[in-house]
Amino acid sequence: MLRILRTRLSLGHRTAPLPKPGEQPVAEGFRGLPVLSPGRCFEGCRACEEACPVSAIRCGEGGPRLDLGTCLFCPECERACPNGCIGFSREHRLAATRREDLVIGPGSGPPPVKPLEGELKSLFSRSLKLRQVSAGGCNGCEAELIVTGTLVFDFPRFGVQFVASPRHADALVVTGPVSKNMLVALEKSYAALPPPKLVIACGACAIGGGPFRGSPEAHDGVGSILPVDLWIPGCPPHPWTIVDGILRLMGVLEGSNG
Amino acid sequence: MAGDLLSARNPLCVELDAIPEYVAEGFSAAVSSALEKGTRLIGLFGYPKKTGKTGVIAALALDSEGIIKLCRLAPSPSYPSLTVRHPGAHSLERSLYESWRVEPEGHPWLKPLRKIDLEVPPPGDASFYRVEGEEIHEVAVGPVHAGIIEPGHFRFQCHGENVFHLEIRLGYQHRGALGFLLGDISPRWAAVAESITGDTAVGGATAHALCLEALCGVEASPRAEAIRAVALELERIAYHVGDLGALGNDVGFLPTAQYNGRIRGDFLNCLMTISGNRHGRGLVRPGGVLFNVDSKAAAELRKRIETHHREARRSIDLLLDAPSVMARFDGTGRVSAEDARAIGLVGLAARASGLTLDVRTDHPAGASRFRQIPVSVGAHGDVHARALVRSLEMDRSAEFVMETLGALPEGPLEIPCGPLRPDSFALALVEAWRGELVHAKITDNLGKVVAADVVDPSVHNWFGLALCLRGQAISDFPLCNKSFNLAYAGHDL
Ligand code: SF4
Ligand code: SF4
Repeated sequence: MLRILRTRLSLGHRTAPLPKPGEQPVAEGFRGLPVLSPGRCFEGCRACEEACPVSAIRCGEGGPRLDLGTCLFCPECERACPNGCIGFSREHRLAATRREDLVIGPGSGPPPVKPLEGELKSLFSRSLKLRQVSAGGCNGCEAELIVTGTLVFDFPRFGVQFVASPRHADALVVTGPVSKNMLVALEKSYAALPPPKLVIACGACAIGGGPFRGSPEAHDGVGSILPVDLWIPGCPPHPWTIVDGILRLMGVLEGSNG
Repeated sequence: MAGDLLSARNPLCVELDAIPEYVAEGFSAAVSSALEKGTRLIGLFGYPKKTGKTGVIAALALDSEGIIKLCRLAPSPSYPSLTVRHPGAHSLERSLYESWRVEPEGHPWLKPLRKIDLEVPPPGDASFYRVEGEEIHEVAVGPVHAGIIEPGHFRFQCHGENVFHLEIRLGYQHRGALGFLLGDISPRWAAVAESITGDTAVGGATAHALCLEALCGVEASPRAEAIRAVALELERIAYHVGDLGALGNDVGFLPTAQYNGRIRGDFLNCLMTISGNRHGRGLVRPGGVLFNVDSKAAAELRKRIETHHREARRSIDLLLDAPSVMARFDGTGRVSAEDARAIGLVGLAARASGLTLDVRTDHPAGASRFRQIPVSVGAHGDVHARALVRSLEMDRSAEFVMETLGALPEGPLEIPCGPLRPDSFALALVEAWRGELVHAKITDNLGKVVAADVVDPSVHNWFGLALCLRGQAISDFPLCNKSFNLAYAGHDL
């Protein structure tokens, strides 16, 4: 027992405070929100489009446009661009309440999250129980969701918790492109949530199929199957991206500026 | 001579026609006799031949000599099943049948491996095994489980608390991943390789890179290989630390569960420092790596890793020294060395059962050719042994990472890859944190990939979990399951 206490003392207290507005909690080097430069593309250059593994970026008038929902945040387009038009910031705030807000262009900031209103707000802003369903998730997104409950991120301090039964849950957190073989189980899980209920699509796969976009064995994400209330980009999303998106939806964190 | 096999070393690339080809019985006899001489079956790879028929390549590892042996099955709708005499072949034969319809004749239970009965009933016999008797009851769990975990279906045949048999049905995670690895070289390949088993992104990207480099006849620079090896070992450490914490959690020993959860993240953050992603995604690519570790970054990483490792050590010692924990770990979920060998266990589960099996030592590629990591072997094949092997491996990997970062060799980060050799078969093995990860590619006469396969260590090891539950209380399932911590998506592809 004494040894446990000694170890406890030596390892210290590690719960991180919530990032203040404008603060970037993730260390340098992290590939967060892409930064696109306007109007510097060479005529006819398609280097980033060709380098992108999932066609998440398009060149056009006024510079490239990038779909955060499809993007894997890999380094390929940045490396391919001969003109330095594409870079990554440390910005972790990537979630959005509307799918179309995930498409960004030059000068875009973090996408907006519209906080819950009315009954949903009064029900969920101080306690949101989540039920996770992996529907073809690779265990990357799942791993980062688990991390939100650890000491460092300490999601439970905001009343956010993953629960064992969908019947006890307020929101379904879906990962994976929704493999055909998981469709029935996903629909049944959703049906088991008592209304009112929310759906959160976590990760590139759940948003649009991710690396498996276009597979005949999966559905390119949950959007065509269930009504999605929050989209969290990333492959996988950083735990801070998940925490930020959900807390902004609950109205705990401000900053739906966009 | 009849029964001859072609020998090569990891990572390998050979001309298809150089691989001896046998008709049905001859093929099974050749593979069988090699297995009896101490090789292990590491893959059965189907591929389309020019004639439109299906060919099959068998790959066997002779671990004691670091050799991989190959032979082919001439197009044939069936061949005598290997599983009858070599149970370890059961899942590979089921996979071959499911994907290519080449039937292993006489297979004791040709159950679908990944296909789930939706509209079209899958091939083979999809029924569940059932123990009959008045006092027998069946417990069915999943595919959706209680926690944040991937889906799978588990059926227990029980007598009271006691488990007679556990059957595991997977396939829910099937995303058609292999279909994305065909055709011409594409940036999609690496992204998919990282996501087949997403908690083994570095392992997957490394196996893919080695396989593709072999197919192009190039080798990454010593510096790139060293950076890859550092990332691979950091991935191993992070997951071993996490798993040891999770094992603590399952027996209600919370201090280690809490500390390790955090320390695991510290190691993942080291990967982020190197690659910009906590899982090392975007780092390893065919031809090398996309990010450098300069001397300043290396020195800083060494400092951090030393601290994290010291903290992990203290936290894990608490767990392994607690009598209450040992009472739960000791003797639970045993797989004997004999069974482990028979069913073809690989990786840390095999080592926990006493087999000295480790790709890094047996079939070294890349940096592990120059700096060896001692193999960590357990004795009893129980939960305790699987915990101990993780603990030992954490220390040894940390030592390797510290040494490698202290003296990174020179060389370009990336060299160009391509074109692919035509009519060839390439194969690469990597010791990922769960065990042996195999990537294989086959090209046609134009140098396009016409068949690709990935064998996650879990393909072999899920049956180990089923076996270790026999005679165990059903309440021990979570602990046993955690001690293996196998991949669903990686298995289902
Ligand atoms: S970062 Fe996103 S847009 Fe750029 S290449 Fe990768 S997936 Fe495509
Ligand atoms: S988004 Fe990326 S990390 Fe998440 S499940 Fe898909 S492949 Fe895995």
